[in-house]
Amino acid sequence: MSDMNRWLDVISIDHIDPDTGACALVDGTQVALVRVGEGDTVYAIANRDPFSGAYVLSRGIVGDATGAPKIASPMYKHSFDLRTGVCLDDPSVRLPTWPVRVRRGRVEILLEASLHAAA
Amino acid sequence: MTAQLAPTVLVVGNGMVGHRVVEELASRGLTRTHRVIVVGEEPRVAYDRVHLTELFEGKQASELSLSTRDQYEAWGVELCVGEAAVHIDREARTVRTRAGDRTREISWDHLVLATGSTPFVPPTAGQDLPGCFVYRTIEDIEALRAWPARVGVVVGGGLLGLEAANALRGLGVRAHVVELAPRLLALQLDDQGGALLREKIEALSLVVHTGTTVRRIEPGDGRAGVGRVVLASGESIDADVVVFSAGVRPRDDLARAAGLEIGPRGGVVIDERCLTSDERVHAVGECVSFRGGTFGLVAPGYQMARVVAATLGGEHARFDGGDANAKLKLLGVDVGSFGDHQARTPGARLVSFQDTRAGVYKKLVLSPDGKRLIGGVLVGDASAYGALAAAVASGTPMPKRPEELILPAREGGGGGLGVDSLAASAMLCSCHNVTKGSVVDAIRERRLSVVSEIKACTKAGTGCGSCVSLLSDVLKLELTRAGVEVANHLCEHFPASRQELYHLVRLHGLRSFREVLERHGQGSGCEICKPAVASILASAWNEHVLDKRHLPLQDTNDRYLANLQRDGTYSVVPRVPGGEITPDKLIAIGRVAQRYGLYCKLTGGQRVDLLGARQEQLPAIWAELIAEGFESGHAYGKALRTVKSCVGSTWCRYGVQDSVALAIRLEQRYRGLRSPHKLKSAVSGCARECAEAQSKDFGVIATERGYNLYVCGNGGMKPAHAQLFLTDLDEQALVRAIDRFLMFYIRTADRLQRTSTWFATLEGGMDYLRSVLVDDSLGICAELEAEMAAHVASYRCEWAEVLADPDKLRRFRPFVNSDATDPSIVFVTERGQPRPARAEERAADPEALP
Ligand code: SRM
Ligand SMILES: Cc1cc2nc3c(=O)[nH]c(=O)nc-3n(C[C@H](O)[C@H](O)[C@H](O)COP(=O)(O)OP(=O)(O)OC[C@H]3O[C@@H](n4cnc5c(N)ncnc54)[C@H](O)[C@@H]3O)c2cc1C
Ligand code: SF4
Ligand code: FES
Repeated sequence: MSDMNRWLDVISIDHIDPDTGACALVDGTQVALVRVGEGDTVYAIANRDPFSGAYVLSRGIVGDATGAPKIASPMYKHSFDLRTGVCLDDPSVRLPTWPVRVRRGRVEILLEASLHAAA
Repeated sequence: MTAQLAPTVLVVGNGMVGHRVVEELASRGLTRTHRVIVVGEEPRVAYDRVHLTELFEGKQASELSLSTRDQYEAWGVELCVGEAAVHIDREARTVRTRAGDRTREISWDHLVLATGSTPFVPPTAGQDLPGCFVYRTIEDIEALRAWPARVGVVVGGGLLGLEAANALRGLGVRAHVVELAPRLLALQLDDQGGALLREKIEALSLVVHTGTTVRRIEPGDGRAGVGRVVLASGESIDADVVVFSAGVRPRDDLARAAGLEIGPRGGVVIDERCLTSDERVHAVGECVSFRGGTFGLVAPGYQMARVVAATLGGEHARFDGGDANAKLKLLGVDVGSFGDHQARTPGARLVSFQDTRAGVYKKLVLSPDGKRLIGGVLVGDASAYGALAAAVASGTPMPKRPEELILPAREGGGGGLGVDSLAASAMLCSCHNVTKGSVVDAIRERRLSVVSEIKACTKAGTGCGSCVSLLSDVLKLELTRAGVEVANHLCEHFPASRQELYHLVRLHGLRSFREVLERHGQGSGCEICKPAVASILASAWNEHVLDKRHLPLQDTNDRYLANLQRDGTYSVVPRVPGGEITPDKLIAIGRVAQRYGLYCKLTGGQRVDLLGARQEQLPAIWAELIAEGFESGHAYGKALRTVKSCVGSTWCRYGVQDSVALAIRLEQRYRGLRSPHKLKSAVSGCARECAEAQSKDFGVIATERGYNLYVCGNGGMKPAHAQLFLTDLDEQALVRAIDRFLMFYIRTADRLQRTSTWFATLEGGMDYLRSVLVDDSLGICAELEAEMAAHVASYRCEWAEVLADPDKLRRFRPFVNSDATDPSIVFVTERGQPRPARAEERAADPEALP
């Protein structure tokens, strides 16, 4: 089970309010953890809004665009697909995302994969 | 053209019609084949005289402009304003002009006279006293506006006279209208229509004197200028201003001196080609006489302009006399008359309807065989004007029971002469000669979906504006035909408008986004509908915006109850009602800023902004501010911001009321009120208006007798002057009016629509607003007041509540899993205060991601 070891335990799911984002500091990286709905669906996306350079994405509004889960940056309202990190208003821009899972109420993130995702 | 020079067209007069001549020449390419010179006596480029009165409502003179010098230059037309023609030599084909004390001769091959008319001032003793005005040019209006007055007499009860009276009323002047004829609007209305209009107008506290005239004007006792007006009836009025608007006289003096034929009632005689008795001289607009009559409306002049340009271009065009149709809103009363409204056609048949209770009078004039409509009069309800006038023009056959066209619509019964029944050739816009057919073509070919696009494409609706409702009917019909749903959906998640949702939320007592979404929406929501619904819920129920179920809906400013700055920090703006602040409180703000290293700036809203607060510092900062007696200023919310004030009667030697005290009371009453967009207000202690109340959503200006209330102003991106809503209110009446106004705005505005843009969409404008909020025409005023009362009673400081709730407090931590501070925030010092570091100033972005 070497695979399991790369999942980093971050926080209890109860610390993220339903349908909101929260920022976690994971290994020095600011990660926006976005909880969609009341259940265990959580996405991890970079907290840095690429259009302003400010670390604010987790403070945006969560929603969907024709069914695709997204978060809108609070700065200039660009939307990002939570699954892919692609900016819906400017698909040439893509944010790093990380795999997330919820185990026994704990949010875990597969940080190493970010290196691939971000590349 | 070889040796020969391009023929010269000289246009004398750069008024509405003279300008239109140039436009028509340009649109036919004739400004390239001809040398076109325009001389105009007024100091500016042609402007929209029809809307002159809007200068009283806050419009700037420049906004009335119909064109620019650049446009003339682009056309290659020589425009000489401030230059008057003083002599025509038809033999030599020259015109002598004068500009200041410079004169010159201009040669022409074709001369177009477009000199308009002058106001007629009936010879009256005292007519030259200071305080006597006419009403024709921007300069006239500016002079009138600058003349302080309390009581005014308007000489003439025609269109212009009533407009002038209304303008005076807007200035707070009590106006008397004196009309020689036995009824108002003698030219447009019949006796019954005139009587009804009079009744409606008198209800507005205007005094109407018909069947009499002004005998003399006497100076006042104290000051130079008008003091008393004596009528032929013997009555006298203590007035300090007189406006003459007793009709106009064609400016035909130049033509007369040049020996051109002059009509029986004045005016240069023209034929159907708009040619005068000299083949080389055209005349257009109000300076002409055609078949013995003269004109006082712009639409026939525009038709003449087209005929002249067409004739000069070698086309065959005929002026057929135009029509004297008019639709107006006079002092809040809709009036329309069209075609043979006086039933002068022998054998004409009449159908009329009158309801004195509702103040409605309508008359149709039918052809002797009863098959066609040939004219009509509408007072009180002119909604059918466009369709009826167009039916006259296009000869649309009458339905079996023509009375159906003017009877009030019955429940379910459509009736009426819809745009559908109009032929394609029917003229919808007579100002710009646009037929129904061309509007329909434009909609279909260019896929237009809003009226403003029709205006842009066809020009229809951009003149007097009376055809706009017709345009929107045609548009709706076309869109429906094309299967397009005429919708105003909030976003993909809600097939409803904000107004509808607001209504549903209130009606069904919906209290959460989830309930609203489940019943009226789909999907999970987005950054458009969530804050919109959050705002609706807050307006309706005033629950804390950070309650668990409301939290995910809030825009970041509301989510942190502070304003997000470019670097991710926040600003803090405590409320300073009315801008009044004690030294102790100023010091307290300073202390807090010092302690947290915040940048300080005075805002445009008369308070202090503390910037550079980190998310996690906000609760501590607020704890200190609240301990010092401050409360949230809602600088972050779509809510009431500030009520600015001037020092007012307490200190200012001109103040007539205590503007500071009132501003504080208003700010405290409406604080925390969430609305479709932010709300701003101000109170000025006198007419000098130092608090700029006329740029606010609601603004108050003190008068000797109380307060004048202005509404729907805006600074910002598209400034709009607020409009005078009610005058001389006492505080109770003022507050009641504002309560109703705000709640009605909250009910009916679109998302992120400021009051000024909302107002622009209100059909019926200020009169409609008054009818709803003053006369209670919708019967909702009690509800609106109750809703406001509920809001006022439920106000609590949002920040105080956050500090008392650990669950809300925890959300201000920057990281859910760490107590670290955000390393990306870096400040440098400038002018003794911190500010965000620029990219190049950061030593290194601590965690720049690829
Ligand atoms: C702080 C302040 C500037 C200042 O240093 O003076 C300010 C700052 C901002 N204004 Fe303003 N406005 C400020 C007075 C004004 C005024 C003047 C006034 O209120 O007398 C106006 C014009 C008056 C008006 O609104 O009619 C004004 C017209 C705007 C507009 C344009 C609104 C419009 O209808 O066109 C925006 C954009 C918007 O709201 O969509 C805006 C938006 C903003 C935002 C919220 C921009 C943003 O989205 O970040 C700024 C927030 C900065 C912050 O965090 O504090 N601000 N802004 C002023 C705060 C006043 C206060 O005490 O609450
Ligand atoms: C307050 C007001 C409200 C109105 N409302 C309406 C309305 O609702 N609907 C409507 O249809 N009409 C309305 N009218 C009438 C409308 O404005 C006129 O019908 C229209 O302006 C006529 O255009 P014109 O070019 O013939 O005359 P004008 O617009 O008067 O232009 C004539 C121009 O020629 C200039 N001129 C005169 N002599 C000379 C000279 N010798 N040399 C150089 N220049 C000269 C004048 O200075 C003037 O600028 C209104 C008018 C006023 C004043
Ligand atoms: S004017 Fe523009 S930059 Fe200045 S405070 Fe207002 S929104 Fe900000
Ligand atoms: S009829 Fe005047 S604008 Fe259309």
